[in-house]
Amino acid sequence: MPSRKNTRRTPLTSRWMGLTLVPLYLFTLVLVLGPLVYMLVLSFETRADVWGVIPQFTWANYKNIFQPVYLNTFVQSLKLALLCTGLILLVGYPFGYFMARLSPRGKKFMTAALMIPFWTNSLIRLYGWIIVLRSGGTLDKVLMALHLTQRPLKLLYTYPAVVVGMVYALLQFMILAVYSSAEKMDWSLVEAARDLGASPAQAFFTVTLKLTMPGLLSGVILTFIPSMGLFFIADILGGNKVVLVGSLIQDQLLQAHNWPFAAALSVVLMLLTSLMIGLYKRVTHTTRLEGLL
Amino acid sequence: MSQTILQLQNIEKSFDGTPVLRGISLDAAAGEFITLLGSSGCGKTTTLRIIAGLECPDAGRVLLEGRDVTGTPPEKRDVNTVFQNYALFPHMTVAANIGYSLKLRRRPNEDIAKAVAQALELVQLTGYENRMPAQLSGGQKQRVAIARALVNRPRVLLLDEPLGALDLQLRRQMQLELKALQQQLGITFIYITHDQEEALTMSDRIAVMRDGQFVQIGTPAQVYDEPRTSFVARFVGSANILQGTVVAAGHPGGLVTARVAGCPVCARAGQTEFLPGQPIALALRSEQVDFAPEGSGIPAVVKEKSFAGGMLRIALELPDGSRLVASRHGIDQSLAPGQKLCVRCAPEAAVPVEVDD
Repeated sequence: MPSRKNTRRTPLTSRWMGLTLVPLYLFTLVLVLGPLVYMLVLSFETRADVWGVIPQFTWANYKNIFQPVYLNTFVQSLKLALLCTGLILLVGYPFGYFMARLSPRGKKFMTAALMIPFWTNSLIRLYGWIIVLRSGGTLDKVLMALHLTQRPLKLLYTYPAVVVGMVYALLQFMILAVYSSAEKMDWSLVEAARDLGASPAQAFFTVTLKLTMPGLLSGVILTFIPSMGLFFIADILGGNKVVLVGSLIQDQLLQAHNWPFAAALSVVLMLLTSLMIGLYKRVTHTTRLEGLL
Repeated sequence: MSQTILQLQNIEKSFDGTPVLRGISLDAAAGEFITLLGSSGCGKTTTLRIIAGLECPDAGRVLLEGRDVTGTPPEKRDVNTVFQNYALFPHMTVAANIGYSLKLRRRPNEDIAKAVAQALELVQLTGYENRMPAQLSGGQKQRVAIARALVNRPRVLLLDEPLGALDLQLRRQMQLELKALQQQLGITFIYITHDQEEALTMSDRIAVMRDGQFVQIGTPAQVYDEPRTSFVARFVGSANILQGTVVAAGHPGGLVTARVAGCPVCARAGQTEFLPGQPIALALRSEQVDFAPEGSGIPAVVKEKSFAGGMLRIALELPDGSRLVASRHGIDQSLAPGQKLCVRCAPEAAVPVEVDD
């Protein structure tokens, strides 16, 4: 039972608490909600002939997306994102799973090893891949020295180069998401499954996979969404050959100065994202993305 | 007893160089209720995990119905476990938990539903099919865990302190239910506990464990009345251990007289040969310490009195400085700390034991 002293003090405390939250509300209003509303409004306005926008309502920007050339960009982006997410899942899930089974020291070491590269700017790390992948670069030298290939592979500025870059940039999100889920798992459940007659594979699919599903799905979201929009990876490693929704938005905004269309593209991308998070919520019954906090 | 179901032969096991089991052997008959009794860290759980196949022994063999299963994985053993923390699958309903092993064996759905309903009836949880484990109380989880382990009718059921997390009243009730269940199904139970009362209530045989070894294996009456060592006497009946010297040697099966704290005490000699002058340790249960008239028995001084669980505990000091605990039913007003009295015991009450602690 709460003491009387406690109940008397609560209103005052909560009033103060309310006041301390004001900066947070202001921050959210000005820096998060404001730009969102601005973008939404912008996406329904008309592009001016030379510069800026005319405040005139139109659906044209959204209809524009359905032009084959733009629609194709969406489809290509989705394909690339699916491919990358699939590869990341194949590598990241076992990685995160086995990481959770390490000794406490091993876990600490692996977490550090995953985090340390992040102290370097992502662009710089990406340029590192240019050195590795470029014609006559590190990879070519190694392969030719081992007599596995006769001439340079010319990997840079190709689709596979973009995939490699994406997988590299996003892999640790999947690993950490799966790890945080697997770390919390009660491994005696796997023993119980074995005891009840499950083979190691059956125990994995009926117990481990089910219980690490929140981490797995969260990892999928954390990799799928960014891989639709990480235009600089496509730009740097793919030359101009691979155009993503992210690149398209950037081009429309900075090169074509078609702000309303860029806004409409962004809104659609955001809707896709929300849809995925909504699905995650439905499946896992939580709003918290595993591995993010 | 009928045929042997489970045999452990000289099982040894170490973890990181620390020996946990030092060569234990045990035969369990069909339908027998065997309790492994010991304090935590004595190797009880490791023994159980080796029987289940969750751990592999360094040396020794496990035989199930005469077949060597030492290297057989847990899923291929006709043994099921009730885990200490229940280990119910949190993402499955009660029915799915219980039916899990049947589903793995691809039994038709109707059969599974029927078996699950039967198992739930057995543990008196009919109607709980669609609950999730998180919605159950501790006692209910316990029952589901038992139902899940029993649904396959294994040859041997392993229970790792299954009642440890329950409150005393529920615990007593579950003890009786488990015993009844075991007798009804005729399944061999290997039951772990550190509670000597629980072991004495439920078991056909008790294996007292200490430091990875069985100190004594016997019926509750044997372990209680004829403890082999001072550890068993203290652990199972919280007995007094009196140190003395043999004065008059009796022949095996007769009586032996020892000098304890300067006074003669008679004890059962059992099957052991005693020689005069030899040191001897006698186990004497607190309720068998009698008070004697002045001038007979051993003089003692009352040091402390406490009342717990319907029993009055009286701590006494003997002339040689050793302590002796006597107990009586009800509150005795006549004793006070500092009071001098004399104690003695009936000859059949004191049992010679090997000193091992």
